[in-house]
Amino acid sequence: MSIPVAAIDPELQVEVTNFLAAYADCIDTDQLEEWPEYFTDDCLYMLQSRENYDRELPLSAIRCDSKGMLVDRIVSLRNANIYAEHFYRHILSIPLIKSITADEIVVHTNYAVFQTLLDGASRPYNVGRYLDKLTRVNGELKFKEKIAVFDTNQIATLLVTPI
Amino acid sequence: MLETTLDNTLDNTLENWPESGSGFSVPYSLFTETEVYEAEQQRIFRGDTWSFVGLEQEIPNPGDFKSTFIGDTPVIVMRDEDGTVHVVVNRCAHRGAKVCRSLRGNVPNLECVYHSWAYNLKGELIGVPFRRGVKGNGGMPKDFDMKQHSLQTLRVETINGLVFASFSDSVADLESYLGPMACTAIRRIFNRPIKILGDERQRIFGNWKLYAENTRDPYHASLLHLFHTTFGLYRATQTGACKMDDTRRHSMLTAKANSSSAEDDTEAYADKRAFNSEFTLQDPSVLQGRPDFDDGVTLVILALFPNLIVQQIANTLAVRQIVTYGPKEFELVWTSFGYEDDDAEMQNIRIKQNNLIGPAGLISMEDGEAVELVHDAVMRDSDKHSYMGMGGGRAEDTDHLVTEGTIIGFWEFYRKIMRGERNIKLPKTKTT
Repeated sequence: MSIPVAAIDPELQVEVTNFLAAYADCIDTDQLEEWPEYFTDDCLYMLQSRENYDRELPLSAIRCDSKGMLVDRIVSLRNANIYAEHFYRHILSIPLIKSITADEIVVHTNYAVFQTLLDGASRPYNVGRYLDKLTRVNGELKFKEKIAVFDTNQIATLLVTPI
Repeated sequence: MLETTLDNTLDNTLENWPESGSGFSVPYSLFTETEVYEAEQQRIFRGDTWSFVGLEQEIPNPGDFKSTFIGDTPVIVMRDEDGTVHVVVNRCAHRGAKVCRSLRGNVPNLECVYHSWAYNLKGELIGVPFRRGVKGNGGMPKDFDMKQHSLQTLRVETINGLVFASFSDSVADLESYLGPMACTAIRRIFNRPIKILGDERQRIFGNWKLYAENTRDPYHASLLHLFHTTFGLYRATQTGACKMDDTRRHSMLTAKANSSSAEDDTEAYADKRAFNSEFTLQDPSVLQGRPDFDDGVTLVILALFPNLIVQQIANTLAVRQIVTYGPKEFELVWTSFGYEDDDAEMQNIRIKQNNLIGPAGLISMEDGEAVELVHDAVMRDSDKHSYMGMGGGRAEDTDHLVTEGTIIGFWEFYRKIMRGERNIKLPKTKTT
């Protein structure tokens, strides 16, 4: 059970919703250099299959345990890796606030990422849910933990752009 | 102008293999034609080969099962009450329904949902509802013999916890099939109990043999993968070797990190995209590790015909299983593991280094792309062929990494098995 609706400050719900929307917009509009700024310095970002998550196995497709590793992913995407040009569109559900403590807001959100390659066809590429822990740094929301657990168990070709 | 008739039939392709002087060529029709794919299912995946189906550690307890594929045939790998591993075709002996619908689990026996036919963990039929009829009506014929209606069982053999299965009654035992080179390499990595860390699945839109080539290709690895070259995980200048078994269907590429000189690296890679001294990491912990083996070998790509790659890249250990989905598509199932006696730090090293590996791996992602680059470009030109000549254009073992000989070895064996030759042993070549 989530916390009762009456206990959630509507302003917080709007703030969290906007934060997640801005996160998705940052990726979808290719502002990837800004992407690490949504996280705390000692964050954990994981992109993990439901197959591993359900079995409580640690292996993830991506696992970054510092903001530096997030930066490295983007620098690598820009300068090192070879992949087909593509576009993402994240479609998010309404964020479900699961718990609120003094220094942590737990939020679960479903997502669907459509990928469009240069052939112009759009395909459902990665569908799953975000299991997020948000905190405030100088008043601003940041992810201290973001685990994207994906149902789309076979990654099509490769995955280079974060989810 | 007369139009020439293209004859890309499989038999014609196999008999009239293109000549390329001292180089070697592969007809593109072998990547594109449905006829070829159908023949491969019979002659390779159901032929005189052993296919990898899983790790024993995936099914440690009686009743544990996993479902997977050999080529595109669904199979179940399961452990019975005695601890013996069985592999059966995932198809009910009654009317052909898929018996097992889960990826993995634990069951006392298998039961088909369609008409509840039940099988034990050896694949033997143990239950048929209404077998003797209901209220005097119906029932199976008097001569119905349960023993004649088991699931189709395959030959099963294991080596150091790797489970292989075969449709063939005539293929040699597993160890002979793998040969000493592969057996030694397997025993080196699987030298003690392993611990599974998880699976990754990647769907690649190209022919499965493009990946067989890719994993037998030391030439591309330092040119395509910037991470390999820039951070010294793999360079053609390193001490390394390419080895094959007597039939040359299996290959092993090995390399030792920190074995190349700065002068050699500069000379080889000065103007190459993949060697970028400007490229640095904010958090280089992804590259930090501890030696797993005392032989100095830090990279092993062991490609076993037809469907397995065993991998050691730095501290990442994995098996990669190829599952075919027609001539234009395959799945790569990565199962990563460490050792049961890994301490917490070692397990964290492996999990962090996995950022280099798999479908989102900073190195490995690019192999998916490479397969598709070829696939897309050869689709319409099945009468054309490739050319390879690096290292001399011959299937020879080398004590260096500047060769395509291991790819040629694969194709020479492929041609023979597809032509129906048996007991294939290619003439021994000298190490150059």
